[in-house]
Amino acid sequence: MGLDIAFWILAVVGIGAALAVVLLRNVFHTALTLVLCFLAVAGIYVTLSADFLAVAQVLIYVGGISVLVILAIMLTREVQRGSTSNKLRIPAFIVAILFLGVAVYTLINTTWSVSTASPTEPTTTALAGKLLGEGGFVLPVEIAACLLLAAIIGAIVLVREK
Amino acid sequence: MSIGLEHYLILSAILFSIGLYGALAKRNAIVILMCIEIMLNAVNIAMVAFSRYVTPTLLTGQVFTIFIIVVAAAEAAVGLAIIIAIYRSRETIESDKIDLMKW
Repeated sequence: MGLDIAFWILAVVGIGAALAVVLLRNVFHTALTLVLCFLAVAGIYVTLSADFLAVAQVLIYVGGISVLVILAIMLTREVQRGSTSNKLRIPAFIVAILFLGVAVYTLINTTWSVSTASPTEPTTTALAGKLLGEGGFVLPVEIAACLLLAAIIGAIVLVREK
Repeated sequence: MSIGLEHYLILSAILFSIGLYGALAKRNAIVILMCIEIMLNAVNIAMVAFSRYVTPTLLTGQVFTIFIIVVAAAEAAVGLAIIIAIYRSRETIESDKIDLMKW
């Protein structure tokens, strides 16, 4: 029961924050509501008993990416002009509504093979086994490390003063 | 009615649609990037929900979510660096004014 209430509150907060990101005029307020949306998603992970992912979400999105976004907003001085829509606003709205309708229709009309087994808790040890253990995802982890290194070097090269 | 897989999937679809609308309709490149992050978060919710309700003991969905978070972080870093570089040379980040390669 508590899980249900938590889900509804987090879902409403998350959707409201996401709508605010799209609808607000001020770019800086947009970034702040984006942080709220990320926090609501972290709470959703908690209700799905994904404890490690919830913490990773708070650390990476709320702590890292949002700071990066706010820094970029401050460096580009576009706050005064505001976050306006282009002339594709109505087609974009129609596309989004169509996508939502098709997705919800298929989701409701599909019978999912839901398992009744209780989830693994805590997930940290099991995730470490999956990521680094025998027959796990060691190669993708190494590739992800290379990707992050390339991204960091690329970002530094791109923003460096000539 | 208790919360099930469908609730999470519909929440994910709603968040994805909001992000899709923003990414298509917004002028400011930073706001477009933020909407893309919302879309990636929506996909992550769907992934974790499947992992929780369809294969509760395997955790493969959560492993994939970790990789999506890694790629999203790299994308945000490189994307914002590109936006700052464009702002330096063109004094604007409005997506319909950055049309040098548009025929």
